[in-house]
Amino acid sequence: MPRLTFICHDGASHEVQGEVGRSVMNAAIDNLVPGIDADCGGECACATCHVYVDEAWLDKVGTPDEAEDAMLDLNPERAPNSRLSCQIPVTDALDGFRARVPEFQM
Amino acid sequence: MAAVSEKFDYDQDYIGAEFDYPRYSKDNLEPYVDPYELPLDELNPASPSLFFRNLHWRHFKRLREEAPLHYTAQSMHGPYWSVTRYRDVKAIDMDHKTFSSYPAITVAEPDGDLPLPMFIAMDQPQHGPQRRAVSPVVGPRNLAALEPIIRERAGAILDGLPVGETFNWVDKVSIEQTTQMLATLFDFPFEDRYKLTRWSDVTTGSPESGVVESREARRLELIECREYFDRLWQQRIGNTEGNDLISLLANDPVTQDMPPDQFLGNLVLLIVGGNDTTRNSLSASVVALNQFPQQFDKLRANSGLVGNMVSEVIRWQTPLSHMRRRALRDVEMHGKTIREGDKVIMWYVSGNRDSEVFENPDDFDIERGNARSHVSFGFGIHRCMGNRVGEMQLRIVWEEFLKRFRNVEIVGDVERVYSDFVHGYKTLPVRLHAR
Ligand code: HEM
Ligand code: FES
Repeated sequence: MPRLTFICHDGASHEVQGEVGRSVMNAAIDNLVPGIDADCGGECACATCHVYVDEAWLDKVGTPDEAEDAMLDLNPERAPNSRLSCQIPVTDALDGFRARVPEFQM
Repeated sequence: MAAVSEKFDYDQDYIGAEFDYPRYSKDNLEPYVDPYELPLDELNPASPSLFFRNLHWRHFKRLREEAPLHYTAQSMHGPYWSVTRYRDVKAIDMDHKTFSSYPAITVAEPDGDLPLPMFIAMDQPQHGPQRRAVSPVVGPRNLAALEPIIRERAGAILDGLPVGETFNWVDKVSIEQTTQMLATLFDFPFEDRYKLTRWSDVTTGSPESGVVESREARRLELIECREYFDRLWQQRIGNTEGNDLISLLANDPVTQDMPPDQFLGNLVLLIVGGNDTTRNSLSASVVALNQFPQQFDKLRANSGLVGNMVSEVIRWQTPLSHMRRRALRDVEMHGKTIREGDKVIMWYVSGNRDSEVFENPDDFDIERGNARSHVSFGFGIHRCMGNRVGEMQLRIVWEEFLKRFRNVEIVGDVERVYSDFVHGYKTLPVRLHAR
């Protein structure tokens, strides 16, 4: 099972196991990683599962589709490595994945 | 307007539209018939008279069960579709390419007196840049800075309340709290802050709601609002230190040349968006805790539950009962066809009581696991921009309340708002019990 690491705003790092076929957001929520709200339950409709993907992993996770891009665009603190974690499927290739969790979701 | 279909002419087709339907009012309520005794196609939930008397719930229950997509041919707002199940509301809200927010987002037709451009009623591509221009004011960084100020002011409001006397919670707490928050966001002259409340009420109040005497009176008040904000804007040009919304807009290269109407539209949107909604959530918490006293006991025993209670209050109340969309093409749903141009109402107030998603949906349960999934903030690109400020205010008021009081007891008749859009309370006579 791929291992995923979330670095929270306070600097604490949380290593969790991802489940192939589910999303990075699910892995964070299932393991109670703080700072991810996921109000819409993973449907790309709330943008409260925002993470900053570690540069080294950007290629592996691909780019946001149009719907995700529109939702990310609502956030004044969007960065080039911003992603909605519910839109990143966990695969074996993501073993070692790292992302930073913002201070607040909005 | 790229996303607006060619066939649709806002000014021609809609502004000031009156429909051949009796105009009821607060003093002349629409007669009530139990919805289960009516032919299905006569159901007309978009009636302020129903909401005023808190009699809308059975209409929505029947619609969810028997006609999840329902057409009302005649109403005071003209013909409209009702969408009442959680899943369908969410799906339509997310599909902004098919369901347009232009020209208006409530079931009522705009009366055309002072049409203000607001991004809540715009489609892509206009919507995004405008929202981004103002959203930093409620963004994470500003919120962290705001929290101690809001906490201090909330504490002062609560400390000023008369323990043991009967007073109106709506006026003394809900309105006072939200007005002060807006005044803070705008750095609005504090002594004039009641004007903000007034302008909010005037903007949303229909001619029948009793807020204004006439349409003309309403127009004049909105002009006063425009002039007041124009003065503030002028004064703050060059004030690059200011962290308030007006200074931010007046000095940001992207927004400093914004046409005056657009500026005012954005301000009014924040005033209205931030005012009634948070106000009615603050009032609703009192109503809910009184109706479900065992939840109040749980809260007193564990103030750590405040966070989830806030989400549950916003679900249980649904401070805005609906949003409206317009179909940009024909759409098939539940075996019926929504035609291009048709008005579609997403009933949030019903989606939040859908038992497919929320167990015992009419119960107020501060430990509800999925309270955050409520549809009260909408979903998709128009999802409430101020949701975190709203939640923060509720959380702070209740945290501070629990430090000071044991109970807030409703001791008289609750009066509701006469509106099928703003879902809330006008009068809430309460008495406080000291700890
Ligand atoms: C409990 C409190 C609140 C509730 C229930 C609420 C509800 C809503 C709803 C239903 C929408 C439309 C969503 C959609 O069409 O999908 C909305 C949009 C909006 N709200 Fe709120 N709101 C609240 C608090 C606030 C506050 C405090 C502010 C500002 C300080 C605010 C500002 C806005 C703005 C600017 C929009 C337009 C967003 C857009 O079109 O992109 N709201 N809100
Ligand atoms: S969980 Fe809502 S957008 Fe990802």
